[in-house]
Amino acid sequence: MFQFIATYAPQLIVAGIKYTIPLALISFVIAVVIAGAVAILRSYIPHATGFGKLGWHILKFILGFYVWIFRSTPMLVQLFVVFYGLPKLGISWLSPSGWSAAVMVLSLNTGAYASEAIRASISSIPDTQREAAAALGMTDRQIFLRIILPQATRISIPTLANSFVALVKDTSLASVVTIVEMFYLSQQLAAVNFEPLQMYLLVAVIYALFVTVLSFPQRYIQRWADRFVKEQR
Amino acid sequence: MLKLEHIDKRYTEHYALKDINVTFNPHETTVIVGPSGSGKSTLLRSLNLLERPDSGQYTIDDRTIDLSQPLTTETLLWVRRKTGMVFQQPRMFDHLTIMGNMIEAPVHVLKQSKAQATKHAHELLAAVDLDNTADRYPYQLSGGQTQRVAIARALAMAPDYLLLDEPTSALDPELEAQVLRVLNDLAHENQSMIIVTHNMDFARHAADRMLFLEDGEINFDGTPDEFFNNPTERINRFLNAFKFNQNEA
Repeated sequence: MFQFIATYAPQLIVAGIKYTIPLALISFVIAVVIAGAVAILRSYIPHATGFGKLGWHILKFILGFYVWIFRSTPMLVQLFVVFYGLPKLGISWLSPSGWSAAVMVLSLNTGAYASEAIRASISSIPDTQREAAAALGMTDRQIFLRIILPQATRISIPTLANSFVALVKDTSLASVVTIVEMFYLSQQLAAVNFEPLQMYLLVAVIYALFVTVLSFPQRYIQRWADRFVKEQR
Repeated sequence: MLKLEHIDKRYTEHYALKDINVTFNPHETTVIVGPSGSGKSTLLRSLNLLERPDSGQYTIDDRTIDLSQPLTTETLLWVRRKTGMVFQQPRMFDHLTIMGNMIEAPVHVLKQSKAQATKHAHELLAAVDLDNTADRYPYQLSGGQTQRVAIARALAMAPDYLLLDEPTSALDPELEAQVLRVLNDLAHENQSMIIVTHNMDFARHAADRMLFLEDGEINFDGTPDEFFNNPTERINRFLNAFKFNQNEA
């Protein structure tokens, strides 16, 4: 047993550090940027009229469609479409490597979910805050960036942390687009050593360790973000 | 000077304001009273355009705004800089310290330097006896304290008129007294104020002028002496309702 762990755990951990973690971190950063932008744009109530208003409607429809399509289809299918499907269009710059296909799908998928979380936290800030700021002569932009967003950010942290945990585990799907991350490596090893039970249990434990370690910062981020609310525990 | 002419505000079911004509003079404390749903808050909120009347003219100093036309952002911001607002709830910005709340608008709207805004904020906080709370967050203060901060925060913008919408009705009597003392001081310093309140004691002491609203119309416009000591039959009934309730309690 010890021999087994000593033999295989280091290889898996190296694969995790080389692929799983970078994949998760890079995708998460992109996802948060996408989610923030989508949530802000979808929350914005435009004052524009005429063509400006029409433009906003079209933009909001497109964003809503993006969120809908990524939330209502399996990520595995999305990966297949991007990695195996897009090259069929014959446009070379659209033909992603396994790596870029994985980052693209993981970040767009997580971004779709996270945008809904951020949008919900933005709309959870009571309108009285907006009114109070408006009464002080602040512009819509100032109100949003300086009053609403900081408070919404705090509320969205637990959900975003949840998305991140899910994302770390979802990187295992990248195995289907030829990335030898932890899970793919464990499959390859199990095919050689004929110990699928021990092999997959070991990789499960290592995923759990990774998730636990990667979740540590959440506590500190949350504590910092909660500085202006009453202790709730 | 704030002047409203022929102000109408309709909701689907009823008129909130019906052909309101009123002028608010500088350096006066005007108290607006009336039964619930009479349009007091709508009138007050119209003065800084948080509520948009359907029609009428609004004159501030020598600039007249036609309220039936769409308003530019510039007009909106200009009106709001002339008028400060204090709500029933303090509406602190919870993510900012008390000092952060105080200097937010002076720094970002009036473009004052942070040092200058902070200095002025300390003076205003000291005036409401809360300078020691500058570094705390709003949740660490009581309702009466945050409401005093809310008043100081509005004053930090040096508005020509301070509007207060039932500023003490969410507070218990002891905290209410603290807030009313602050307002009373302001009244004596000739800060122009327009206050919607249910506190008749305060109205009697602080008001230079009383307005009585009912069904979206101004039913009385005169001195507190006339209002309290020589009331019309309708106002008498209104005032007696207060006495009766107070004896009951």
